[in-house]
Amino acid sequence: MITSTSVAQEAPQSKVSTAEGAATAPLAALHAPRGNWWPPFLVATLAIFALPLVGAFPTWVTLTLAGLAMGMMLFIMASGLSLVFGLMDVMNLGHAAFVAVGAYVASSVAGALGGLLYSGTSSGALLGMVIVAIAAMLSTAVLGLVFERLFIRPVYGDHLKQILITIGAMIIVEQLVLSFWGTQQMTLVLPEVVRGTFTLGDIAVERFRVVAVVLGLVLYLGLLLLFGRTRIGLLIRAGVENREMVQALGYRIQRVFVGVFVAGAALAGLGGAMWGFYREQFTAAVGADLLVQMLIIVVIGGLGSVRGCFVGALLLALVQTYVNYLLPDLALVSNVAVMVAVLLWRPRGLYAAGT
Amino acid sequence: MSKVDLLRLEGVHTHIGEYHILQGVDFAVPDEGVTVLLGRNGVGKTTTLRTLMGLWHASAGKVSFDGEDITQLDTSEISRRGIAYVPEDMGIFAQLTVQENVRLAALSGRFDEARLQWIFSLFPALERFWLRPGGTLSGGQKQMLAIARAIIEPRKLLLIDEPTKGLAPAMVQNLAEALRALKQARTAILLVEQNFHFVRSLGDHVAVMDDGKVVHTGSMAELASNEEIQNRLLGLGTATT
Amino acid sequence: MLKNLASHFFSDDLPRSKWLSLLLFAVLLYVVTAPFVFSGARSLNVAVTICVFLVLVGSFDLLLGYSGMVSFAHAMFYGIGAYGVAIALHLMGPGWGAILVGVAAAAATSALLSILMALVSLRVKAIFYTMTTLAVASAFGALVLRLNELTGGDDGRSFKVPEVLTPGFRPFEEPFWGLTFTGKTLTYYLILVLALALFFLMLRIVNSRFGRVLEALRENEFRAEALGYRTLAYRMAINTIAALIATAAGVLMSLWLRYVGPQTTVGFNVMLNILLMSVIGGLGTVYGAILGVVLFVVAENYLQLLLLKVSAAASGFPVISHLLEPDRWLLWFGLLFVLVVYFFPTGLVGRLREIATNGKISSPS
Repeated sequence: MITSTSVAQEAPQSKVSTAEGAATAPLAALHAPRGNWWPPFLVATLAIFALPLVGAFPTWVTLTLAGLAMGMMLFIMASGLSLVFGLMDVMNLGHAAFVAVGAYVASSVAGALGGLLYSGTSSGALLGMVIVAIAAMLSTAVLGLVFERLFIRPVYGDHLKQILITIGAMIIVEQLVLSFWGTQQMTLVLPEVVRGTFTLGDIAVERFRVVAVVLGLVLYLGLLLLFGRTRIGLLIRAGVENREMVQALGYRIQRVFVGVFVAGAALAGLGGAMWGFYREQFTAAVGADLLVQMLIIVVIGGLGSVRGCFVGALLLALVQTYVNYLLPDLALVSNVAVMVAVLLWRPRGLYAAGT
Repeated sequence: MSKVDLLRLEGVHTHIGEYHILQGVDFAVPDEGVTVLLGRNGVGKTTTLRTLMGLWHASAGKVSFDGEDITQLDTSEISRRGIAYVPEDMGIFAQLTVQENVRLAALSGRFDEARLQWIFSLFPALERFWLRPGGTLSGGQKQMLAIARAIIEPRKLLLIDEPTKGLAPAMVQNLAEALRALKQARTAILLVEQNFHFVRSLGDHVAVMDDGKVVHTGSMAELASNEEIQNRLLGLGTATT
Repeated sequence: MLKNLASHFFSDDLPRSKWLSLLLFAVLLYVVTAPFVFSGARSLNVAVTICVFLVLVGSFDLLLGYSGMVSFAHAMFYGIGAYGVAIALHLMGPGWGAILVGVAAAAATSALLSILMALVSLRVKAIFYTMTTLAVASAFGALVLRLNELTGGDDGRSFKVPEVLTPGFRPFEEPFWGLTFTGKTLTYYLILVLALALFFLMLRIVNSRFGRVLEALRENEFRAEALGYRTLAYRMAINTIAALIATAAGVLMSLWLRYVGPQTTVGFNVMLNILLMSVIGGLGTVYGAILGVVLFVVAENYLQLLLLKVSAAASGFPVISHLLEPDRWLLWFGLLFVLVVYFFPTGLVGRLREIATNGKISSPS
């Protein structure tokens, strides 16, 4: 039995006109931001639901915070991927390379700033971390610029070639990283000021996790503001829905795309740096290891949706954390299970953009 | 008064993949009035508009606008030369509000208040729905929005693809009035339509397409009075196609 | 009579290029005579790798080249076959019954997984299918490591095969044209025959009506649907067929090595290798698998040697020397891969065929 969704697959962007009103009104209502309150509710529900399963409240707080922190970092990494796919229909599997480079650059810069980060004052350490983050973001932004020119622009419009080329590009970048930094494990130690835990009564709260959550929220709100209130944000939102129409209105969307790609790469670099600090040890495969999770998040979030990416990342990370604690044997399949479950409910992701 | 050709197509061919859709299109659009591009389903009318806008590239031939060769230009460049496009599916950004839709169309970044009021007078519904998402509008309202976007800033030429498709009769009336107002405002319009009765009183010039070519050009008055051509090229009347 | 042979075996899909035919014939000669010509176990390993991988890469081409579906789960099916027969032989002892059970279990698992993945993800955007395969494959890889009681975890598992297939089995006392016939030789030719059979099967599939429909689907799904083809059914079918053939390849390799381990089966690098081989060989041509595999095997062995020599010469320069280390051979192969995708999208086979056709068409004008 063929469902109508299978027909919707690869039809070109400017499709035959649908019967107006009838088809699009309910569809629009389904995806209109105001009406789509389900997904965040889902995250909250999940967390609350897990409480009785976990049993002890302090443990639950620790787990939830851990899940949220990981989710935030994944969100930061994956947001660029989602936007690039939503806006320009480009599948960049090499996104993982930006994460790795971000982590590596962070490690080197942190090493160079040694004194400031590890033997000075708290505020000095914080300043140092900011410098590390900015350095990571700048380096991946530059890499993103080069990457887009060399590997993305030539294969624009051809999904298959994009997949192939970007995988090749990822291998090349990963090997280059190994060439320049060597094959040993890299370290990125957390400075004292954000290390360790502080206690709230019975509950142990890891400092860095709080930092990650706060940073993630700030970024998320910042992005929402950007998209909701600025002209460029308007342009990107429109472009995600209908790229051709934006061009027909007179905008050179190619420039917007490069900007989004570079920004996405910078964010991935930031995420990589944060992840490096979080784990404190990593190899060149750090990006590739996270790639599957990033792709799942992009898929379940809905292509091109920052909101979807945010919710998707939190959802995935929380489920993974809870399952890891409650049923460690099932931990491996939890990611796949979440993806399957979401796709069965909303085949185009939680917040699918446009028609 | 001699009419000046604003837009001219010469020997335009367009291929979509293996399909040779436009097989040598020749016609011109004068710088005022409504030119109607007529023809049955599938003859290449929409393809012509898309080729004009640079969404599909002509494989051969020349398109000139205001004396400039625009054949190989990018869509955004063509738009910036003063051509607005209202596609068949209207291209409304469903998740953006009506206001945002229109604001995006105003390249300069701000609205000319007088112009905006004029648009509201043509399409009152837009003012009512100003802050609602574009996707919540009805078909007819979307069409109005699409045209409003095309005219929020002055343009030399409007390309409109089958605006009456799927619209209720009352809406069609509304639309006709709006287009007449535009005509009076000296905007040239290239209108693709299948609905001959709609364009009969509205159109000034016609070009009729068949099989990827333009097979007849002339004035609307001439076509309206010539039933033979109507039957042959548009499939109107008792003859079956 | 040759024509009958061509249509029967090759399903009318001939190499169509002198150079290609020559290369293929050379490869065939090599694999048929390998046990006689090369006595080292290492060279036989290379020959077996070529046989098994051409089946594996060929089945991947069925999915990617002919049906336009990018699946990252292909190495997983290979692993399922390898582990299936390994675990069965480990648990049930070396016997043909165990092999049968292992093969059956592996086939069932592969079929089930491929159908499930197709059902979940093929109905929406094609890219979701790719991501689903990636997610499932990585989950499976982690699962293999986790269930280390069954699978031997990170170290893998060695196991015994039926006596007839072991090197100790010597039915003939006399060497035969310089070759001492052992169970290993028997295994080798068994694998060769099965690989060839599977290869011709794949040729048959892609040249049948089923194959043509798949190609039409790849080009324009919308149109195929409109013409009345149940695209989902076709896609699921090819998905399962390709998975089963990959599983068979895994079984063959496992029986040869009498060992199975995660690095050579379910690692991401195996999947990458398959991708590289099929693209460089030529997508959408079953012959591409053969050339891609041979090229890859040659590169893997000799590129590292080359790099060793070159890096010794460049050891003075700080950065460059790191780029030229033999361990970085993947960097250069990756570069080759990218260049092939850009400039030779039809791969080696496509290029050779183009040269052949151009040669025929060129006429004095």
